[in-house]
Amino acid sequence: MSWITQTLSSSIGKKVLMALTGLFLILFLVVHLAGNLQLLVDDGGQSFNAYAYKMAHNPFIKVVSYGNFFFILLHAVIGIVLTIKNKAARKVGYHVSTKDSESTWASKNMPLLGVIILVFIVVHLMGFWAKAKLGIGEIGFVIIDGVEMHDLYTVVKTAYENILISGFYVISMIALGFHLSHGFQSAFQSLGLNHKKYTPLFKTVGTLYSYIVCFGFAIIPILMYLGISF
Amino acid sequence: MNITLKVWRQNGPKDKGGFETYDVKDVSPDMSFLEMFDVLNIDLEKDGKEGIHFDHDCREGICGMCSMYINGKPHGPKDAVTTCQLHMRSFKDGDTIVVEPWRAAAFPVIKDLMVDRTSFDRIMQAGGYVDVSTGGVPDANEIPIPKVVADEAMDAAQCIGCGACVAACKNASAMLFTSAKVSQLALLPQGQVERKTRVEKMVAQMEEEGFGNCTNTGACSAVCPKEISLEHIARMNREYLSAKVSSTNV
Ligand code: HEM
Ligand code: FES
Repeated sequence: MSWITQTLSSSIGKKVLMALTGLFLILFLVVHLAGNLQLLVDDGGQSFNAYAYKMAHNPFIKVVSYGNFFFILLHAVIGIVLTIKNKAARKVGYHVSTKDSESTWASKNMPLLGVIILVFIVVHLMGFWAKAKLGIGEIGFVIIDGVEMHDLYTVVKTAYENILISGFYVISMIALGFHLSHGFQSAFQSLGLNHKKYTPLFKTVGTLYSYIVCFGFAIIPILMYLGISF
Repeated sequence: MNITLKVWRQNGPKDKGGFETYDVKDVSPDMSFLEMFDVLNIDLEKDGKEGIHFDHDCREGICGMCSMYINGKPHGPKDAVTTCQLHMRSFKDGDTIVVEPWRAAAFPVIKDLMVDRTSFDRIMQAGGYVDVSTGGVPDANEIPIPKVVADEAMDAAQCIGCGACVAACKNASAMLFTSAKVSQLALLPQGQVERKTRVEKMVAQMEEEGFGNCTNTGACSAVCPKEISLEHIARMNREYLSAKVSSTNV
């Protein structure tokens, strides 16, 4: 093994990859949320459809989106490998499970939360992305400013009118919120970035970020289910 | 006070093991947890039974040998104490106390509550030392070390290698132990010669022994009798990454 693969496959190397891919996904979610909030604009989906069209036809966004798929996959695969190794490190468990005041529920359940998010991502991609990109299933067209484009807005709206789908979205976003409530600050610690001045900041920003992402993404299916727009 | 003890008994590494319950009567609140075990063992031996095996040595919180997982916490309910420094007054009359050995694949049970922690010794042998040429006694102020750095190194050096961090971690990870040892030497001038090789070798040995990875839950530091901070884990990660990038070990 070369020193590079050896470093990246070490326990610390794997955590560094988790942290870097996690932080990339954290940035991605900001952009994704900003775009999705346009679903709530009261214009019959015009601004959302135009935004989705622009994103799909921007070469830079295309490259980033392939990177995104790759990073999600890498993050999930390493996460699963770590979890298997961690389980193997304690073959016989305790009769009384560990009590300590400092570790949060989220920190102890990262793999479970991650798997919920993974299932969500698969369902999410099959529902929206596969329809738009692979032409699987029904998708209509609209003309905005003389340009013919996919009517993704209607696809989303129809999906969210189903309580099972919108309910599943909301639950998944709560799982994402918990995952990030630990993951955000944990990523900095994994990278060795622990400092008296900045660690409290990472923790505060991480908590705020996880609330905003969880609430921001969850409110969209709720409001669309109720038929409320602005 | 009267106590009901539920203790893990296991005849040897291959034995399946199981819990045994003992009623311990007239326990003095001023006894240490280990003294309570001594009294119980004397009674057991009087009845012709084998006493409970457990590790201990200094009984003053400095050697790190005592290792009991008491009611779901390594070293019991109190913060910043070892089992030998835990007193029965920390419990109530009539309490049931469950005592288990450290549980980790890298700490196999030898007998009852005794576990084999030589995996820690091998991590130390891999790099937890400095090579010094002994000569005349050096002048006390020859090597200036800023107070803050000395304090930080001293905090790390407090680690007694008891393994409570591994016992508490949901992944049975030895990151807190290894990082305390790496930190202590990386901070001081005496540790600079082997600095890069040390962290590379110690981390490699830690993995070799089958300890888990770090999820940053903080359970290790919360139960550590010496309150070793998570900052040392971050420092070890920095040391490791910079060593991997810049050392000449290929
Ligand atoms: C957009 C989605 C996601 C984001 C933003 C995200 C973010 C993060 C971040 C920042 C961390 C902390 C890394 C560290 O401690 O260094 C983390 C940890 C983790 N993630 Fe994710 N994650 C996402 C999806 C997933 C998925 C799909 C899985 C699938 C299994 C997953 C599994 C894990 C696991 C197991 C950990 C803990 C690793 C450990 O510390 O042992 N995550 N995540
Ligand atoms: S017996 Fe030495 S620390 Fe407890």
